[in-house]
Amino acid sequence: MPVKTTFNFDQMLSSAKEAYGEEMMAMADDGLEFAFTYTDNVAPSTTAGRFVEKYPDRCFNFGIAEPNQVGASAGLALSGITVFAQVFGPFLSLRAADQIHTDIAYNDVNVRLIGTHAGVTAGGGPTHNCIADLALYRAIPNLTVVIPADADQCKKVMRQSMSRKGPMVIRIDRGGSPNVYADTNYNFSIGKAIETIPGNDVTIISSGSSVYWSMMGVKLLKEKHGINARLIDMHTIKPLDTDMIAKCAKETGNIVTVEEASINGGLGSAVAEYLCEHGFGGKFLRIGLPDEFAVLGDPDEVYKYYGMDPESIAEKTAILLKTL
Amino acid sequence: MYNYNIDMGLVKKLEEKSIKIRKDLLNFIYRIGMGHLGGELSIVDIVVALYHHYMNYDPKNPKWEERDRLILSKGHCSETLYTIFSDLGMYTMDYMVEHFETLGTAKFGMHSNRKYVDAIEVSAGSLGHGLPIAVGLALGARMQKKNWRTFVITGDGELNEGTNWEAFMAAAHYKLGNLVAIIDKNSLQMTGFTKDVMTIDPLDEKLKAFGWEPVVIDGNDMYSVCEALQNLPPADPFVRRKPIAIIANTTKGKGVDFMENVATWHGGGIAKEQLDTALASVEKNRRVR
Repeated sequence: MPVKTTFNFDQMLSSAKEAYGEEMMAMADDGLEFAFTYTDNVAPSTTAGRFVEKYPDRCFNFGIAEPNQVGASAGLALSGITVFAQVFGPFLSLRAADQIHTDIAYNDVNVRLIGTHAGVTAGGGPTHNCIADLALYRAIPNLTVVIPADADQCKKVMRQSMSRKGPMVIRIDRGGSPNVYADTNYNFSIGKAIETIPGNDVTIISSGSSVYWSMMGVKLLKEKHGINARLIDMHTIKPLDTDMIAKCAKETGNIVTVEEASINGGLGSAVAEYLCEHGFGGKFLRIGLPDEFAVLGDPDEVYKYYGMDPESIAEKTAILLKTL
Repeated sequence: MYNYNIDMGLVKKLEEKSIKIRKDLLNFIYRIGMGHLGGELSIVDIVVALYHHYMNYDPKNPKWEERDRLILSKGHCSETLYTIFSDLGMYTMDYMVEHFETLGTAKFGMHSNRKYVDAIEVSAGSLGHGLPIAVGLALGARMQKKNWRTFVITGDGELNEGTNWEAFMAAAHYKLGNLVAIIDKNSLQMTGFTKDVMTIDPLDEKLKAFGWEPVVIDGNDMYSVCEALQNLPPADPFVRRKPIAIIANTTKGKGVDFMENVATWHGGGIAKEQLDTALASVEKNRRVR
């Protein structure tokens, strides 16, 4: 059953980056045992900063040294503690890639790597863009990769991760993102995609903050083109919910993927691999960041430039379906 | 240095054990056809002293929660650990030979894997990973109020990797008195002497500057090894002090004349004639007080 969504951008803005701190506080207050490691970018004014103040004995700052932080997080987990490790996304994925692979995944430890500033949300140009991470994470065994669609879902992922074994990446944006789900009381399960909006003409599969843009795109598709698009929140890209992909391919024929990551190796690639290997013959389109170092600009400008904003999603989908 | 009396009976016993382990190791490498004998022989005395006396460890229960943890960061030298595990009765040599890098039952790898071997604390292979993980383990002990100690053995060539220096910084910052780094300073790495490949000296001064307490020993002299390990501060995680770095000056290929200080013995197998010569050499170089 589709769940209730919201289109009220202005009033529903909240931040997964704040939410993870809030949820850590709530979980610790509830008596759950875990450690928190971080680098030199957790400001005291954030909820994570306040968590550090309240629970100093379980928090460890590693300065500007992501590989050491990730390696030490593996050590903490090997001593028997679940660890949340907050790392600046681009530096987590690229600088600490070896540590994610070898220390975390190979040792198969209970570390939840919270990679912040996903996609181009950091601003500041290609050194601070986090776009190659999904291609990398998908190739690392043992790793579960979750991209919450909004702040509340981020909390759900964190809470649920406490009862899961093995390593996990939780990928979140820098700042405020609109809430996708108006009613947060929906069933959420890591690895099980959510049918967010019903529809039979085409399926848009998306994850993270692009679920909201896709949702707006679905609205435009209906209003401008009379297309009934189905929207899937594929919050877990590893392991991928292939049952859901198969169902949508069968029922709607055409598939579009939208993600805030490089077009090479991310969600779109994962979906394409599955569809090709299973004889899917419908139309297929990937929307994401192209194979180039992105142009400079505010995230909203960059999205528009690369055709990842709601209008572009609607237009590209309509072109795919040859109604435009 | 501290002034403790070292039990000479213990030193002799461990010296005898090291001779046996060197011979077992040579036989093991001969049988499996691949090893890193140079670096494996250089750490024998240290690892023997740790597993046979100084570590709080129960070979019958390698996952005992209160055990001291040892990370062999120079993971390519895991066969020394395996040989000691065998000597402690944990796995027979025949079993390890049979299951060495064998498809399907690859329990014992050239680079150790904790998934298959209970006695292995941390899967290793890529260099420069052990020390950061050890920092995490030591912090974990503190967070859980546990009195076990974390040991990590790194190579000196391995210290070329920058992550070690990030971890040296962090361990000193957190004053991890329950962490001991042992640097197997055999002065050789794969392609030559460390001084020619990438200068590491003055190592003791560098570690001192990084907030550690370096203790320089002869890592192939059992008395010297025992003295350093016996004088370690308490493993109480709340004793905040400088972490200890035991800089163990060792000889790559120690005990086998034709291997000593020869860079090419970094990796490879050993032929039957070489094995016989090597075993005779270990016996000839026997030094028990």
